[in-house]
Order: sequence, then C-alpha cells, then structure tokens
Amino acid sequence: MGNVASINQTAAGIRLPNFCNLGIMLRSLVVVNLLLAAAAVMRAPRLAAAPFEFVLLAAFTEPVLIASLFALCGARRLLHALGYPRSIAAVAAFELAVSWAAWRGVGSLFPDYAGVPFPRIGALVLFATGVTLAYFDLRARALVPAIADARIQALQARIRPHFLYNSINAVISLIRSEPRRAERALEDMADLFRVLMSENRTLAPISEEVELARQYLAIESLRLGERLRVSWRIDAMPGDALVPPLVLQPLVENAVYHGIEPSPEGGEVSIEVRRDGPQLVMTLVNPVPAGSRSPAGNRMAIANIRERLQLHFDAEASMKSEVDEGSYRVTIRMPYLTGAA
Amino acid sequence: MTLAQNDVPRILIADDEAPARQRLRDLLDECRERFPLTIVDEARNGREVLDVLNREKVDIVLLDIRMPEIDGMEAARHIAGMANPPAIIFTTAFDSYAIKAFEVNAIDYLLKPIRLERLLAALNKARAAAPPSREALDAAANQPRRHLSVHERGKIHLVPVAEILYLRAELKYVTVRTVEREYLVEESLTRLEEEFGEAFVRVHRNCLVARHAVAGFARNAEESESGWAVVIKGTGEKLPVSRRQHHVVKQFR
Repeated sequence: MGNVASINQTAAGIRLPNFCNLGIMLRSLVVVNLLLAAAAVMRAPRLAAAPFEFVLLAAFTEPVLIASLFALCGARRLLHALGYPRSIAAVAAFELAVSWAAWRGVGSLFPDYAGVPFPRIGALVLFATGVTLAYFDLRARALVPAIADARIQALQARIRPHFLYNSINAVISLIRSEPRRAERALEDMADLFRVLMSENRTLAPISEEVELARQYLAIESLRLGERLRVSWRIDAMPGDALVPPLVLQPLVENAVYHGIEPSPEGGEVSIEVRRDGPQLVMTLVNPVPAGSRSPAGNRMAIANIRERLQLHFDAEASMKSEVDEGSYRVTIRMPYLTGAA
Repeated sequence: MTLAQNDVPRILIADDEAPARQRLRDLLDECRERFPLTIVDEARNGREVLDVLNREKVDIVLLDIRMPEIDGMEAARHIAGMANPPAIIFTTAFDSYAIKAFEVNAIDYLLKPIRLERLLAALNKARAAAPPSREALDAAANQPRRHLSVHERGKIHLVPVAEILYLRAELKYVTVRTVEREYLVEESLTRLEEEFGEAFVRVHRNCLVARHAVAGFARNAEESESGWAVVIKGTGEKLPVSRRQHHVVKQFR
C-alpha cells in the first residue's frame, strides 16, 4: 500500500492514526492513563489510597494497552485496507479479545481473587477505546485544514521571487551568446517549477530530491559563476529513502541566498545525506559572510520545513540549526523509510 | 547635474552577476542608435562602483540594489554626497521593500528582466532630471550604512562604521575618529544618532562614542560638568561626559 508515504491523516478522509508513530503511541498512552487515573480517584475510598488503586488498575491495563499498540502497529496495513468505519469496529473487537485474554490470565493466576465480571471490564475497555479513537479523530479533523494551509504556505515560502526573476534575467542574457546553455537552464527551471507547483502530499525518494537540488544549483551557478561552489557527500546515501518533497531544495536555496550571495568571493555549500541506523540524516553547511545582517532571515524556510516534518513524522523527525565558526549548519533527522517496508 | 546636449553620456554598469551585466551591455548596445552612449566600465559591488567613480568621469550609473558587501542602496547614498554626482538608475529583480520606498520617494528604478524601451526612457529621464537627492535616498533606505563617506578633492573615501571610535560635532562638520586618524564628514550628529543609535552612546550634546570603544570612565572635575570623562579604547583620549548624560557612566558599570 503506497500510502504509507502519505501524511498521517490526509485531507482525502479521516483514517485511523498510524500506531507505529511514536507520537501517536505516546498520545494513546497518555489518554488511557488519564482515564485510569480518573477511575482510580473515583474508586479509592480515601484520596490517599488513589495511587494504590491506580497501580492496581495499571497492572491489568498497561499490558493490554502496550500489547494492543504493538499489534495495531503491526496490523496497520490490514486496518487501512478495511476503511475507516470497519477498522474502528476491528479495533474495538480486538481490544475486547485482548482484555478478555488478560482477564482470563489474571483469573487463572489468582483464582481466589474475586475479579470483576467481564461484561463490566468489556464495557470499560470499549469506552477507553472509544475515547482514544474519538480524540485522534478530532485531532485529525483539526489538522486537515492545517495541512492544506501548510501546503499553500510552503508553496509561497519556496518560490522566492528574487530567484525566479534573477534566473529569467540570466537565461535571457544567455540566449544570444550561448543558446544551448540557455535551453538547458530553461529545462532545469521547468523541472524545478513542476515540482514546486505540484501537490506534494506523498513522500518522494531522496534521490529525486537530490536531483532537484542539483538542477536548482545549476541555475544558480549560471548567475553566480565561480562564487558558488558545491560539495556533495552522498556516497553513503540510500537513494530509496522516502522524504517529504522539497525538504532539501529550500534549504539549499537558503544557503545560497544567505551564505553565498552576500559575499564577493562566494563560498562553499556542502550537502551530506547518509543513513544512521534507523534514521536518515541530512546535513547542510554554508558560510556566514562577515558582517552578515540577517542570520534570522533563514527562519521562515526552516520553520516551514520543521512544520512539514512534524506533519509527516510527528515526534520522530528532528531538525536543528546552529552557527559556529563562521558557518551555518542545518541537520535533519527523520525515520529511514522505504516504499518496500 | 544635467548634461550638455552634445556630450555622449558615460555609463557605468554595476551588478554582481555576470549574466546580468552582459544583458545590460547588450541592451545598451541596442540603445546606441537612438541614445548615443559610452560604457565606461563594469562594477561587481558598491565598493567597485566608488572606485570607478574616483577614477573616471561617469554620468549615469545603472546600479543593482542587491550586491555583496556594499549594496546599491548604500553606494547611492555615498554617491549623493559627491560634488557632481552621476545620475543613478536602480535595477532590481525583486525587492518589494525597495520598490515601495522608491515609489514613495520618486526615485527611478528598472525591474529585471529589463525591457529596451524602459531602459531608453530611464536613460532619457536621467539625462534631463537631477539625480536623486541624499534625503530621498536616506528616506528610501531601510538599513544603516556600513561606512561613512569622506569626500576629499573629488574622491570618495570610505570609513567602516565598525572602526569608528567616536563622532564629535563641530560647527558645520562632524569629526570621525578612528584609531589611525580623523576625518571630517558633512553630516548631522542627530541624523547619525538616528541611523547608528544602537552601536553608539551619547556622552555629550556634541559627542557620540562607539560602545565598543568605551574603555572606562575617569574622574575629570575640571573640564566636565558631570565630573566624569569617558576613556577611549586605543587612543586613551578622555572626552567629557555632560551632566545630562551622567547616567551613561552608571549604565556601563
């Protein structure tokens, strides 16, 4: 199912959350434990006994909850294939089955412990499941307009008018003297804008991102000539890794705009992509020209990419930027995903 | 300065991008028939523009706004201080701030890619009208300059603002002090304080001291109303602190 690559909840329709996502797992744990805490306070004869009640309830609930999360993560393809309403029913049925097994297990371990009858536990389990799924449903609905907005905002942030007009100007200047180069530059621009203008909801292979950044840099080097030097370190790059589209090009554009253009001598932009265990790591370094006026100018694009990383990967991706010894460095870490996984 | 009709205008092209300079050259060549002209030279940043102006007679500068180190805006403000400044036609691919400011202050500019007709019109206008005034350029600029310009015998000399120790007003001029020497510039201390306010501190009605140049304060009862003088880093000079600015002494402790 190719849609693993899509944003967790797409605008096309609300779906079950991706339970493999760390953020979703944490949220499920928090919601259920809050319910548990409320139940503990209600059951306790005195408030001081509430923590003890909580531990007692947790001893039964946590194994059920954690087992469920792992199972839901493993079965997510199957669940997505069922469609939203049926997948909810499947989750509810599954939760009942797991808690029944747990109830039987507790019953056989402590035969003299007069347990609560299963129908009551079952009702509570269904209630907790319902509350959790309703929370994710609401959250997804709240995020859908946010995703649409983020897309438009991303589009606006990406096309720097400065780049567009300067590039057109550079191409015009080439038409008479070097028509072949002008043609190639326009082809690169067409490719670049095709991606910029498309709907970029699904993840794309990193190799395409690298190609796009290369085309962008080819156009920029028309204008900047020898001032722009690029060093690629992508020998160890897994080309099939899936990343949010346009995660690299805007960063490269930033590096050129803030790191190369303000300097008469120019400088080097260095781009590294590698795999680090379960993660894909991208590092981009550019010089900070002496007397640079606005290192803050980078924030817009950075904030935009951070937002999109969060929409795609929630807490599992990170991005940090730092300035040291006259250079600006951005590092992005995200889960290493491939279409086949 | 307007040109005598039979002079062939001498033009300087300023842009940091080689293709943009080439494009202007091509366009100017096409203008020649209807607007005879000479291309004096090309410059890649504001500093090179001022170097050319120190060397050659130039009538019109085609000046890109976004250039490294000294940008077009700052170069224009230095040029406007010349005795016989050349006309300036700004060029820009995109700069919403600058364009708005130019409109407000009636400064001429061309949008890249530049059309032949627009260039011709701008050249004709530049030949007829006075160059943009220093006031209009100051008003259009949104950033402080990185240099002050000293105009001596028709030459422009730049003093980096970062190297200035203090600025002291005397009569018509302002004395600019660096570690090596002093310069006179035609500016008002109030305007300089507005422009560079963050980096300087006023110690007296007639004196602004760079924050980085404050070595300390010394007792000075004879010359100074407040009883204090500021000691300048590098030169060791002691400048009186006025009673009104006495709070500055505490601020630095």
